[in-house]
Amino acid sequence: MKSYHDVFSKNKRTALIPFFVLGDPDDATSLELIKTAIDAGADVLELGIPFSDPIADGPTIQKADIRALENGMNCERSFEMIRQIKAYRDIPIGLLMYYNLICHYGREKFYRDAAAAGVNSVLVADLCVDDADEVQEFIRANGMETVYMVTPNTSAERRLKIGKLCSGFIYTVSTLGVTGIRTDMGKLVEPLVKTLKAETKVPVCVGFGVSLPEHVRQLAAAGADGVFVGSAVVKIIEQNLGNPHQAREQMGKYIEQMRQATER
Amino acid sequence: MEKQGRYGDFGGYYVPEVLMPALEELEQAFERYRDDEQFCAELKRLLNDYAGRPTPLYLSEALSQRVGAQVYLKREDLLHGGAHKLNNTLGQGLLANYMGKKKLIAETGAGQHGLATATVGAFFGMEVKVFMGVTDIERQKPNVEKMQLLGAEVIPVTGASGTLKDAINEALRYWTAHVDDTFYLFGTAAGPHPYPSMVRQFQRIIGDETRRQCLEKTNRLPNLITACVGGGSNAIGLFAAFLDDKAVRIVGVEAAGYGVDTDKHACTLQRGSVGVLHGAQSYVLQDENGQVIESHSVSAGLDYPGVGPEHSFLKDCGRVEYVGATDDEVLDTFLYMTRSEGIFPAFESAHAVAWVISQAGKFNPDDIIIINLSGRGDKDVEAFMKYRPDSIKKKA
Repeated sequence: MKSYHDVFSKNKRTALIPFFVLGDPDDATSLELIKTAIDAGADVLELGIPFSDPIADGPTIQKADIRALENGMNCERSFEMIRQIKAYRDIPIGLLMYYNLICHYGREKFYRDAAAAGVNSVLVADLCVDDADEVQEFIRANGMETVYMVTPNTSAERRLKIGKLCSGFIYTVSTLGVTGIRTDMGKLVEPLVKTLKAETKVPVCVGFGVSLPEHVRQLAAAGADGVFVGSAVVKIIEQNLGNPHQAREQMGKYIEQMRQATER
Repeated sequence: MEKQGRYGDFGGYYVPEVLMPALEELEQAFERYRDDEQFCAELKRLLNDYAGRPTPLYLSEALSQRVGAQVYLKREDLLHGGAHKLNNTLGQGLLANYMGKKKLIAETGAGQHGLATATVGAFFGMEVKVFMGVTDIERQKPNVEKMQLLGAEVIPVTGASGTLKDAINEALRYWTAHVDDTFYLFGTAAGPHPYPSMVRQFQRIIGDETRRQCLEKTNRLPNLITACVGGGSNAIGLFAAFLDDKAVRIVGVEAAGYGVDTDKHACTLQRGSVGVLHGAQSYVLQDENGQVIESHSVSAGLDYPGVGPEHSFLKDCGRVEYVGATDDEVLDTFLYMTRSEGIFPAFESAHAVAWVISQAGKFNPDDIIIINLSGRGDKDVEAFMKYRPDSIKKKA
């Protein structure tokens, strides 16, 4: 199974990591769109299991969660879909989700089933490094990677603690706020990426607000090892509901364009 | 390792990393000022001279007769603003003032917490944004206009059901983007640490006063105390002073909506399971996949699928019993209290009264029962008339 290390150590360029809500808007379309993104050059996938109360997400991903939930998406079906993705291509997969789903499924069972399906890491949006002990043993037992978030207002002390615990990559949040498309990346992210690169050897990947090729070039220049593209990807799905063919076409073009911007 | 902000396994701070600096700052400020002489003296002055404390403990003869015990009402409905909410907003508002914060945000269900936040915003000269579900805006219109008159901006939230849960989600999202200069004035004893313990601290004046007043009036402690539980702030405020009095029976009344065994209620403690919602581990109403489900109650203030973590702890350790009162019982009680006592009880508070009425005949005549009448029901008159239009007899 391909690891994050395989991607980040061999890549001469910044890794492109699109984000999808699994099952949005339905399983078949969701799977096809993810395959399209893989074919168009995605290096890693960040996948969300939909939740009723996504407090870290802006309106675009909230709506995707609602669509996927109406489609009946849950943890079991998400693992099944991940198995299908892994059968299509051996690409590293991170989950990005909320803690209640994991607690409800059962922590130990969740990490075991996720690892068995081919998941490399689970980033829990509402679980801080302070409570890492609640899941760390299951991460370790299943040979998974550890990923936590660092935000522009994270103190130096917390940043070091997080850097030490992360093994896969550090999910670096570009700005203060929730997920969503932003016109520019703001002033906070470049210094943060540079600080993290100086402080740690763990790959530094940037998310929240990344939607244009120029954002990717800017973050690549700052030294980011990877970029997450979430709301912009999900927006393509939202704008092409009922027209999966057109969604695939636009998704392919968009991912290709973003991928080109990752070349250093 | 002992974790912070825990009640047994419940509580904690399950929030995105971006909120951690603000929660740490808040916790430090709260720990610094909670016992600070000047802070406490200033808060006491505000609570007494501005808000109207102490509120009376009133022996209701009508209820006593009906129930067959000595039934007292703790009259939080007489507090400035019409509900217990001001105890907490004055406390947190003063804390925000000490911290130099100029912007407040709040969520609200019934509008009472939003109103109490708008009130302290006007008082301290702070900018206030109140997040409120569209369903609640519709059913609690008088409070919306009051908040706006007080200078607050009321931000409508759609979300899944347009109620309190969605309002909290949206307030949290707004906070993540404005965390550097905005104080989130949380209204109930839920949410991430330090909110449950901070709200408890500012509300426990209800219990401390009640305990003192009961001893003064009767020379003994009550046999039973009760309060309604949504998030659980008025209840924890009352209960806190009596938890160590093992002989005092404590009952929390949840909103049973159409009935606790239907799918339309807000009985989080009686029918929920342990989960993580809005930053804390606690009982949650959720489906078989761990998705939080929409609650239902005639009262906007109790219409919440979560509950404060200390209530979850008190349920599991058996110290507090949690029961329910249905929408119908509450509407009956609203009219009964109006006609027999000349008091409009808030729909929320009427749950506790309704449960006590349902227990009529099960007490000894000299048993002392104290009900926290947490708020007044002026805000509910319009909704009541919709449900029970025949309550006003027309002359032939």
